[in-house]
Amino acid sequence: MAGAKFLKFDTQSLHAGQKPDPATGARAVPIHLTSSYVFSDVDQAAALFNLERPGHIYSRISNPTVAVLEERLATLEGGVGAVCTASGQAALTLAVMTLMGTGGHIVASSSIYGGSRNLLAYTLPRFGITTSFVHPRDLDGIRAAIRPETRLVFGEVLGNPGLEVLDVPKVAAIAHEAGIPLLIDSTFTTPYLCRPFEHGADLVMHSCTKWLGGHGTAIGGVVIDGGHFDWEASDKFPTLTEPYAGYHGIDFAEEYGPAAFIARARAEGLRDFGACMSPMNAFQILQGVETLPLRMKCHIHNTRKIVCFLEGELNAEKGAVAWVSYPELVDHPDHALASRLLPQGAGSIISFGIRGNGEGGSREAGRRFIESLTLFSHLANVGDAKSLVIHPASTTHAQLDAAALAAAGVGEDMIRLSIGLEDCADLIDDLKQALRAATKG
Amino acid sequence: MLLTVNGNPVFVHTGGRDINPARPAIVLIHGAGMDHSVWSLQSRYLAHHGRSVLAVDLPGHGRSGGEPLGSIAAIADWVVALLDAAGLERATLIGHSMGALVALDAAARYGAHHGGRVEAVALLGVAERMPVHPDLLAAAHAGEQSAIEMVIGWGHGPRGHGGAQGGGCPTPGLALIPGGRRLMASVRPGVLGVDLAACNDYGQGADAAAAVVCPALFLLGALDKMTPAKAGRSLAARVKTSQVVVLPQTGHMVMTEAPDAVLETLTSFLSLRRG
Repeated sequence: MAGAKFLKFDTQSLHAGQKPDPATGARAVPIHLTSSYVFSDVDQAAALFNLERPGHIYSRISNPTVAVLEERLATLEGGVGAVCTASGQAALTLAVMTLMGTGGHIVASSSIYGGSRNLLAYTLPRFGITTSFVHPRDLDGIRAAIRPETRLVFGEVLGNPGLEVLDVPKVAAIAHEAGIPLLIDSTFTTPYLCRPFEHGADLVMHSCTKWLGGHGTAIGGVVIDGGHFDWEASDKFPTLTEPYAGYHGIDFAEEYGPAAFIARARAEGLRDFGACMSPMNAFQILQGVETLPLRMKCHIHNTRKIVCFLEGELNAEKGAVAWVSYPELVDHPDHALASRLLPQGAGSIISFGIRGNGEGGSREAGRRFIESLTLFSHLANVGDAKSLVIHPASTTHAQLDAAALAAAGVGEDMIRLSIGLEDCADLIDDLKQALRAATKG
Repeated sequence: MLLTVNGNPVFVHTGGRDINPARPAIVLIHGAGMDHSVWSLQSRYLAHHGRSVLAVDLPGHGRSGGEPLGSIAAIADWVVALLDAAGLERATLIGHSMGALVALDAAARYGAHHGGRVEAVALLGVAERMPVHPDLLAAAHAGEQSAIEMVIGWGHGPRGHGGAQGGGCPTPGLALIPGGRRLMASVRPGVLGVDLAACNDYGQGADAAAAVVCPALFLLGALDKMTPAKAGRSLAARVKTSQVVVLPQTGHMVMTEAPDAVLETLTSFLSLRRG
């Protein structure tokens, strides 16, 4: 008997969530720049407001263009549903606010995006939600940090900027032993390289601004529900398992089963916190998602070539490269784990140390290196089609003190490269001349 | 809410409103390997339109205790026992797939000539016979993921699978196929095999249809691969009081693939009004 057929990843990147517009025949996803939607009658309006039937009311809560992106990303990740948000930070905030309130506690990897770190370490405590940070390789530490009031474990597949690989299956098992979900920020890997739900994660978020959008044009985020987690196994998640007065006593787990989390995230989180994605941004990110498989292949191809080049510089006499970190390198501490979780490539971020031979040490050498580059753009982003460079210690992770910097694996000599889609030979030429300039100080 | 039927706890989702014996009752009966949540786009609406709703988790499914019952007739008897437990004289039965066979069988044996417990039936994704391929049956009995993949894959039309002409879940942001996969994965081991065997073994569809005297709506998906619309039509032809609605571009999972069309059809069939 032939098995059932499902469309493959590359096909879903182009088609999931969309069909030609029934009104116009438009093949591309229409940009629905409308704040609100006409009700067919009073009964339909009342039913929509009471979650009795599906549909759009107001674009803060849902929008047809954004819904295509949401369904497409949910499909690519293998999740039951998604909510797109104004940014990746809004996605993390939405996930946290949907799961917990005052008194809640999070165990997070210490090697995460600086903005996420700021939210968890400095901002959420003002609202009574605290976080313990643990090195992503310290699995015993993660287990030990979980308390009775812990409601979430959070980490990134690839640490930022240290490129530690999170052992998602083991961390998921630790979280599940404690009856709490694992949220993975999968921005650096995208569903093309890693699908965290297949490794035990319960929730996935992305900054869509990065590789999903892929062109550095639109800010956006998404949180996706894997639908696996049993919210009713404990009394830890009353937002999902107890009646909610905000919709006449609805019980999301009872009403929506596997889609309980994502239903509440939209019905309450977007409605009340309001950090929705604009349809214009959704359209631009959709254009990126359509070519995600092609772009990721090229990102990985270029990254591997540049890692080889930097390794050559590392081994060269009086070379300017002090060290190179990329999870596919055999001396990377997570090499074996990366080969299991990321067989198609370990992303397109490379960290390396610049040798401070001259005056001012490595920090000054880093400045000369970055300012000498002509193709790599110095800016605070990753995952653009164009190659990017930054010095994390003075920018994205500048809020961290020396100890937190060390815990996050950020040295003063660290340079982070985000490898784009240019001809690799041009990128290597640019790196060569900038490294020469860096050593001349 | 929890009821006790035949000594076992039974979970009934009531759509956000308590059961009120003064209101006409509707029992929503899910298909093989599923639970009450497949009706989430109908149950809440029905409960807010003048009906007492009992979207049930069948024995061994979802939040209900007990073991799966193993035959369509046994489940039909159990549904009537559920009415007793809820203090309801009669109800309209709305069933999907296996649940539709249950509703059909109950309508034949508990209709106007036999106690009048079943007032009307709406049968979604139904056929006189539901033979299950031996490979699927074996995979389901063995608890293999391939069984879920087959049911979910064949069960969805283009709104689930997507493609150049399909795609677009009616509920913003949800993805139908992963959702169905997760729901079936949450069902206890062995339950899907028992359910599919019950469908496979049921051979009384034609006789049951001939015995139905209550209003009977057949709500079919034009692209249903599991219970093709043609088979549903021929079953409906055996029911004197039937009406047939075929939903275009819709597969077997009519409730999730075409929730608005299902609601509009049910509204007309049941003469629903908000209240």
